[in-house]
Amino acid sequence: MSKAAFKGGVHPAGRKEATSGTPIEEMPVPARLVVPMSQHLGAPCEPTVEVGDRVVRGQVIGATDAMVSAPIHSPVSGEVTAIGPTLTTGGTRVTAVSVTPDETQDLASFERVVAEGGVPAIVRAAGVVGMGGATFPSAVKLRPPNGMEITTLILNGCECEPFLTCDDRLMVEMPERIIAGAKIMAETVGAQRIVAGVEDNKPDAIAALREAGRSAGVEVVGLVTRYPQGAEKQLIWAIMGVEVPHGQLPAATGALVHNVATAAAVADAVERGKPLTERVVTVTGRVARPGNYRVLLGTLVVDLIDHAGGTVGEVGRIIAGGPMTGQALASLDVPVTKGTSGIVVLGPDEAAPDIHDDQPCIRCGRCPEACPMYLEPYAIANYAYRREWKAAEEFHPIDCIECGVCSYVCPTKRPLLQLIRLAKATAMQKGAKL
Amino acid sequence: MSDTVTNERRIVVGSSPHITSPATCTGIMLWVVAALLPTTIWACITMGWPAIRLIVLCLVATLGTEALWNAAARKRQTLTDGSALVTGLLLALSLPPLTPWWIALAAGIIAIALGKLVFGGLGFNIFNPALVGRAFVAISWAGVFAEAPNRGWFRALPELTAEGYDAVQGATRLMAAAADRAADGAYGFDLAAQYRPLLLLNLEGSLGEVSALLLLLGGAILLAKRIIDWRIPAGYIGTMALLSWVFGSDPLFNVLAGGLILGAFFMATDYVSSPMTKNGRLLYGVGCGVFNAVGRFYGSMPEATTFAILFMNGLAPLIDRAFRPRTFGWVKRNG
Repeated sequence: MSKAAFKGGVHPAGRKEATSGTPIEEMPVPARLVVPMSQHLGAPCEPTVEVGDRVVRGQVIGATDAMVSAPIHSPVSGEVTAIGPTLTTGGTRVTAVSVTPDETQDLASFERVVAEGGVPAIVRAAGVVGMGGATFPSAVKLRPPNGMEITTLILNGCECEPFLTCDDRLMVEMPERIIAGAKIMAETVGAQRIVAGVEDNKPDAIAALREAGRSAGVEVVGLVTRYPQGAEKQLIWAIMGVEVPHGQLPAATGALVHNVATAAAVADAVERGKPLTERVVTVTGRVARPGNYRVLLGTLVVDLIDHAGGTVGEVGRIIAGGPMTGQALASLDVPVTKGTSGIVVLGPDEAAPDIHDDQPCIRCGRCPEACPMYLEPYAIANYAYRREWKAAEEFHPIDCIECGVCSYVCPTKRPLLQLIRLAKATAMQKGAKL
Repeated sequence: MSDTVTNERRIVVGSSPHITSPATCTGIMLWVVAALLPTTIWACITMGWPAIRLIVLCLVATLGTEALWNAAARKRQTLTDGSALVTGLLLALSLPPLTPWWIALAAGIIAIALGKLVFGGLGFNIFNPALVGRAFVAISWAGVFAEAPNRGWFRALPELTAEGYDAVQGATRLMAAAADRAADGAYGFDLAAQYRPLLLLNLEGSLGEVSALLLLLGGAILLAKRIIDWRIPAGYIGTMALLSWVFGSDPLFNVLAGGLILGAFFMATDYVSSPMTKNGRLLYGVGCGVFNAVGRFYGSMPEATTFAILFMNGLAPLIDRAFRPRTFGWVKRNG
């Protein structure tokens, strides 16, 4: 097995054993769905339905003409009962269409996607976005800028976040869908090579992808298990051996990276005309029935946790996504969206301290050693702490990928990433480009 | 609605990451103390009461100064971070057992007050606090300090007398070697015969020089726990050995004798006062070795470890600046 890895990173406890062997289970249709009009990076959609309308599964209920966006479809057949703001996992408020599902649902049928203009148009019409968590509209990535030649399609099956196993299960249970989607995307952008990068703590997934991808010539690379192996730039480095140049698109290296779940969604869209209306969510941590659940988009987290048997013991933080990059929920009445890879219930003793008690930097050197972008987090954070933005900027906060390893390794538990975010935001306000 | 999850339940909101590594400042400091324990215990056993007295005096001075300072300045109490404990213990190990009580107290007070607190406390000190304390008393009371080892308490070891070592009564082996070198350029005793006592039981010099082997064991613990970077002790000790050979002396003797091993593994590796980049740490280690060797062979003080490290402490910020890592993606061309 070939071994590759980026430089830096950390080894947080994987904590995946609770769900890595649990087959994907369909969560029954909940009593209500709150479907946000923005489940992606880019322009939000406008509702295309009105209160009282009947909708069918797969019907477009939100759309926009903006280039970087993705339409929203109704995950069920039912009646639109409300249109109004909802809180999201990220703590913002967006417009959402509430749908009360019919009592009988046929989840096997749906309104097929129709689109003209080849694969990118179908992918757009199906509302497919990056399902690893970044939620960037996939169709945009399938139309690389002029003059940029894509040589390699990289399937991201790293799932380097602790606790999460939804991609692992998808790779084990439906590798053919992933390979099919990868082939479609590789053909669309003209990539000759398809490489799947999977951390070597998922041997079953590696074996399944190898088997399914053999005839298509898909290379499956076992990567060193180290966070953040699945970060786009780090994955490209591990597989292609090149750095994405500062200020340029990853495509500048000839690589196009898509998450494995995204690939499966692309296959569903192109081969079956199926819009993106559900996803696999790992519900784990302090819940009675940890597992990987196929969940309709718009399902409220509170209903999902209930379905997983409810929380067990004392609860500290409840995270949408993984514990390194996910969002701590302020309310459980928030809907699952296209980027919700997990719901992780952490006990108070497992979660980072609630309050930063302002211990000093002891210059131990752990953060620069762990930073996968070769930054000096302590320096940026120290300047940001003193609001010396200009000095902070010289340490390139703009290149921070916000993976969180600096805060993770800090022995004095300084809020390094939080301070770097401030420096980054300040630099961007002044016109710095990512 | 759920009966297990309700909105009344208290949940914590914060920004990512939501988990943190088990490493803590106190934990790291306690590992350093643990790594020093074999040497400390062996010193107490072999040197007896004076060693115990010295350790207690140094700890009282360092911990007491920090506690009082925090109380007087109405700052949060910082004793629990463990750094004053490490400073106190390191200071004691860097002093001879018969150091007068008032010198030990002065060294501890200076170490914490002038070495650390005036700069703003842990994390802001430019120099290693224990070495600041040691340097202060070594300069201020040089005479008393030089006499400390031979105030009549040392038991003459049979093997030493067999070597004719008692001819240089009271002085440490390093001082004896330096005196010989200065006098006629030849050593009056066999340097290679000193390996064994230096490794296992050496009752001259400071507490920490009692056994190089036990110090190396402690260093190995810190390396295995990945608390210290091998580049500093490797650069330091390697350079010292090389330059000893270049200057015509016995490399191993010069590595084992004096405070070199204590300095290389426990003093030069102090996080706050050493560089943070890998290459910077190597250079810093080499620099310590150069200044220590030059000081030992050509300086007025054979025991140059303290000043070699303090000098390199001062250069650490410059070294960090020189070795700033290149940000990922800041490449001219790929390939």
